[in-house]
Amino acid sequence: MSKLKTFPMGGIHPDKYKITSESPIMDAGLPEIVYIPVKQHIGSPAKILVAKGDKVKVGTLLADADGIVSADVHSSVSGEVLKVEAVEGEFGYVEDMITIRVEGDEFEPSVDLSSDIAREIPFTAEEIIAKIRQAGIVGMGGAGYPTPVKTSIPSNKKVDTLIINGIECEPFLTADDRLMVEKAEQIVIGAKIINKILGIQNAVIAIDENKPHAVEAVSKVTKTYVGVNVQVCATKYPQGGEKQLITAITGREVPSGKLPADAGCLVQNVGTAFAIYEAVMKNKPLFERIVTVSGDACLHPANYRVRIGTPASFLIDKAGGLTPETAKVIFGGPMMGTAAFNINAPVTKLTSGILLLSEKTSRKAPENSCIRCAKCTEVCPVGLQPYLIARKVRGGNFDELRDCHVLDCIECGCCAYTCPARLPLLDYCKLAKSELKKK
Amino acid sequence: MENIILLSILVLGVTALAAAIVLYLVSRKFAVEEDDKITQIDEILPQANCGGCGKAGCHDFATACAGADEAGFAGLFCPVGGMKVMEQIASVLGFSVAAKEPTIAVLRCNGTCENAPAKIEYDGVSSCRIADRVSCGQTGCPSGCLRLGDCVKACPFGALHIDKTTGIPVVDENKCTSCGACVRACPRQLFEIRAIGKDGCRVYVACRNTQKGAVARKNCKAACIACLKCTKIHSDIKVENNLSYIPDTVSAEKFGAELAQTCPTGAIICTRCGENSHV
Repeated sequence: MSKLKTFPMGGIHPDKYKITSESPIMDAGLPEIVYIPVKQHIGSPAKILVAKGDKVKVGTLLADADGIVSADVHSSVSGEVLKVEAVEGEFGYVEDMITIRVEGDEFEPSVDLSSDIAREIPFTAEEIIAKIRQAGIVGMGGAGYPTPVKTSIPSNKKVDTLIINGIECEPFLTADDRLMVEKAEQIVIGAKIINKILGIQNAVIAIDENKPHAVEAVSKVTKTYVGVNVQVCATKYPQGGEKQLITAITGREVPSGKLPADAGCLVQNVGTAFAIYEAVMKNKPLFERIVTVSGDACLHPANYRVRIGTPASFLIDKAGGLTPETAKVIFGGPMMGTAAFNINAPVTKLTSGILLLSEKTSRKAPENSCIRCAKCTEVCPVGLQPYLIARKVRGGNFDELRDCHVLDCIECGCCAYTCPARLPLLDYCKLAKSELKKK
Repeated sequence: MENIILLSILVLGVTALAAAIVLYLVSRKFAVEEDDKITQIDEILPQANCGGCGKAGCHDFATACAGADEAGFAGLFCPVGGMKVMEQIASVLGFSVAAKEPTIAVLRCNGTCENAPAKIEYDGVSSCRIADRVSCGQTGCPSGCLRLGDCVKACPFGALHIDKTTGIPVVDENKCTSCGACVRACPRQLFEIRAIGKDGCRVYVACRNTQKGAVARKNCKAACIACLKCTKIHSDIKVENNLSYIPDTVSAEKFGAELAQTCPTGAIICTRCGENSHV
């Protein structure tokens, strides 16, 4: 067997902790109240269309995309709008949210709830993009870039490869893994739909070798679909990073400050591909997603199908409640996710996991001095020198940071993970990026 | 033997003399003409090089003073040296200097550990700038003090320290020169340079939270709730975005004590306002 593909520079091998990879996706059920943020994407917040007292159904449009880089927001439950105002979000900052009290579970009549798989794509590229826009789909891997914008490639660029990202390199998370095992064919059809938008015939579904069930399930389906292939990749973090994955699969490098389209590629997460299938073939707006609830302090780790807006505390209760060992609750994965300020904050389109971590796993070790071992430089998948960036940030030397190419940092956290002096290198890089963007 | 010693002294002596002549000529030829005034002003300045005047340092400020006309000079001020230094500079230049009230930095937050108890434990980097990016801080107030002391690190005069019981920074009136380093360091713009006031008597709103009263009060007992009571005491006080602001034009001696007493939350602080004030 030939050597498996991976990206050439840097990367780490954190412990996987994929404890939920064998647990089938369960329905999380309906909470009493959902909080639906109007900004769950990159770009401008959506314009609110509903008011207090309005009755909504599952799939009702709550807020309309404001401008091109924005996304529609739909109701994930049926019930009554309690209030439309700022509510404390996951970071403690207040965000505009639509609070809905759940009453029954009634769907908009346009939503096709049948479970049979629609294989023929009777739409044109324009119709597909319009449908994706109406469904409010955003990149579900975590960045939240509105999908219609991402798939509309400017005419001066040419995309020849579609990559469906099923890498899921973060420890603990298994949402994409389980989705590939259970909804393999829908994901493949989703890939064919994106192919149709791009006017190309081939797609690569990239899966890490540590997901044998997903590889098996998707490979079985791709036999009957011409042009769609499975590419098994060697496990390495952060392979799920868009630019890392492009290099791993095609050998091309996305130039600094440019987009994947400049390397002739388009990358979509498997979750996004599935959402595209549901939106185009089943008229289903994006109102639910798969969330892994896990962590070493979690009693019953599991994968749930969750309505957007469900408070995280509802899911934590489902999974056995907040155990006394829990020291931190993380939204997202342990490498790139953030510690939650407020566990009543809702699940958004981008929440791939909710992790309950114990003191032992999550506590930051005391800082030491940098010994210039260059381990951070070795593992940086972009080829930056995090120790140098940290030193310049500490000295307030923001002018020189541009020369360090800190804006190319993908915030994967490999540097901080590997640092023997436990320096918070990632925090410094993030600070440098935000300071440079301000200028 | 003696010859060698003599010879080396001679050779070195002649070389030194030749080098001295060359250096003298070169220094005359390439001498940079600098205004005498700049040197004089430079000597008057405090040499703190804090950047409080908006220039790159004391020498830069001296250059700017020497090059300025009367109108331009009026726009220059060294907050560290204050009126005393400015008068001296003015006498060098032959200008007059308009009287300017001395200023001081004030912290526009009263989110002490008692008023705004910590809701979460923050174990990240001990830097306000980084903490501000990660979450809204331990207290839950999105505009309040993060208590990690970026201002203390930034103060070139050692005029700030974090009070261990209240958790928030305290300005040392004797050391603060109102250079503005804390204003620039605070990611939430909580410091304001204000007039020091007669005998140190000044009144200000120690809050920057623009949330609605009920929301702000959830996180901090001393938050401004925009109740408008202070606006009835003096018409210059304005409430915008659910937040009151007391301009310097409001006399602290006359209204300070009343304002601080009227404020139902204690967001208005009056320093040295007599017996009946909050402080």
